Amino acid sequence: MTEIILKIRNLHVTFDTPFGQVLAVRGVDLDVMKGEVLGVVGESGSGKSVSFLATMGLLSSRARVSGSIVLDGEELIGKSPQQMRSVRGRVMSMIFQDPLSALNPVHRIGKQISEMLQSHQELTKKQAATRATELLDLVGITQPAERATQFPHEFSGGMRQRVVIAIAIANNPKLLIADEPTTALDVTVQAQILEVIKRVQQQLGTAVVLITHDLGIIARVADRVDVMYAGRNVEQGLVDDLYDHPSHPYTRGLLRSIPRPGKERLTPIAGFPPNMISPPSGCAFRTRCEYATEQCETTIPELKLFTDLQTACLRANELPDFRIAQ
Amino acid sequence: MNSELLRVTNLVKNFQIRRTKRSGSVKRLVQAVSNVSFSIEKGQTLGLVGESGSGKTTVGRCILRLVEPTSGKIEFDGQDLGSMEFEELRALRRKMQIVFQDPFASLDPKMTVGASIAEPLIVQRVPGSHSDKIIELLELVGLSADHASRFPHEFSGGQRQRIGIARALALNPALIILDEPVSALDVSIQAGVINLFDDLQKKLSIGYLFIAHDLSVVRHIADRVAVMYLGKIVEIGDQETVYENPTHPYTKALLSAVPLTDPKIERTRTRLMLEGEVPSPMNPPSGCRFRTRCWKAQDVCSQEEPILTLRPSGQMSACHFPEA
Repeated sequence: MTEIILKIRNLHVTFDTPFGQVLAVRGVDLDVMKGEVLGVVGESGSGKSVSFLATMGLLSSRARVSGSIVLDGEELIGKSPQQMRSVRGRVMSMIFQDPLSALNPVHRIGKQISEMLQSHQELTKKQAATRATELLDLVGITQPAERATQFPHEFSGGMRQRVVIAIAIANNPKLLIADEPTTALDVTVQAQILEVIKRVQQQLGTAVVLITHDLGIIARVADRVDVMYAGRNVEQGLVDDLYDHPSHPYTRGLLRSIPRPGKERLTPIAGFPPNMISPPSGCAFRTRCEYATEQCETTIPELKLFTDLQTACLRANELPDFRIAQ
Repeated sequence: MNSELLRVTNLVKNFQIRRTKRSGSVKRLVQAVSNVSFSIEKGQTLGLVGESGSGKTTVGRCILRLVEPTSGKIEFDGQDLGSMEFEELRALRRKMQIVFQDPFASLDPKMTVGASIAEPLIVQRVPGSHSDKIIELLELVGLSADHASRFPHEFSGGQRQRIGIARALALNPALIILDEPVSALDVSIQAGVINLFDDLQKKLSIGYLFIAHDLSVVRHIADRVAVMYLGKIVEIGDQETVYENPTHPYTKALLSAVPLTDPKIERTRTRLMLEGEVPSPMNPPSGCRFRTRCWKAQDVCSQEEPILTLRPSGQMSACHFPEA
């Protein structure tokens, strides 16, 4: 039996804005298993980043968070900012799209890694510096001892993201959350960073949550996938099953809308994502779904096991077999 | 009959930049585009791909003379753009339009959609009332007549991009430069906009220069593809030839780096991992500019610049040791 490292249940996040209450996350349930890579995919505004910012306790005080987030047996909701600070960077870490804004421009790289180490472990300056060099080596930075004495502006975009990863894994956390870690990078550098993340997961046994809008990245590195739409999970399962026979109309639509070799006409999803101040009643996808019935307007579908995927669709067992037009 | 719409020959664009150092400021040249040549046929699409700093956007802007090329020749429908006076150029710009990447920044938030679409007609002094034309254009891009009186903030990203396309179509252009037109859009929306480009091309036989970093999108839309690296075209040819049989190591590595949306294929694929990142265009490597990241590089690559050469599979590539 695999161990669950992160268990999110019925997570809700709302923001008060001058235009009304934004219902960013509306009942997310998900598990992250020990040592796995979970890909979280969804379009902008689907709530994928907000769910994990809530997990990290990094949302502003304007956000209202409710539900349950259990990390390694510990409930995080209701913890004080001070208690959260001792969890962050020790048990879980997060990296973001823009590595430059995650680094302090006036401190040397080595110092920034040491700072992370010393804030959670009893280490001397020298021990921390040695460990920092080892970490730089682990994330594939050549001449790590020399590079540790340099400043962020002396690193390229890909190298900076490696440094950020080194900081994130400094205390050997059980969970690494990577939010669009390669979106700002060129495709050849993206390939390198994805390899680094995979190496970290394999060598240190860190569980990784990889948040992305790119289904190709998920196919390359994830073990399991969670598909989000309008603040809820709509489908979860092993990556092979989900790409081979998705059951949710939204997942199917996403996979169909990707250009594949050949000149066949693409199949976009009709309409556009809902306004999260007043999302549609019932199933939020119904306004764009070709299979929607009256029942979809009134009932919010829950995740249910269908073949080998968890799918939140009332009509999942009535849909025709999935085939990507080739 | 000549079906060539655009011919670019030996295009060079240098930008002068000033770097301030403790010892004073130093002027330096950045070679953004270096000796680029290609052509586009009427009603065809050339995809221009490359990583950041490859010069692909600058090429697009030079064609419209939104930035002045340093040297080289740009011929549109047989006319040399470089020798034109401003007024002549403005008349010709009717036939060449551009759609930008960011649908939020490229529309004036204080202008109604109808006014934005009509602006090119006004600038080009097209006589008469434009309201019928606006409605026709809105419907052409999949929007409706009542959208004309609304403002950009009322639209989603995909809809805004359609407005930008309607504006580009207003003067019935023969060529549209599409500069990363779908990269700011979500995938489900992106597909609809790509279909729109396909439909418009079929209906109006417009030529596209499609600039993008997303290789799968370019593969779908382009007839021919040019791959750029540090200001130079390293490989150019028919879409299928370049994607199926890349001969330049960079093209090969680039294609190999793109994740495919099939976990089974991804697991078994052998990946060519490139070392390092693109060097600074301020100080490009001697000889072949790709040699610092190339696994095939030999002495000759640093001494002699490879020229674009026709390969047996039909495309041109610039490499001393091309892939078979």
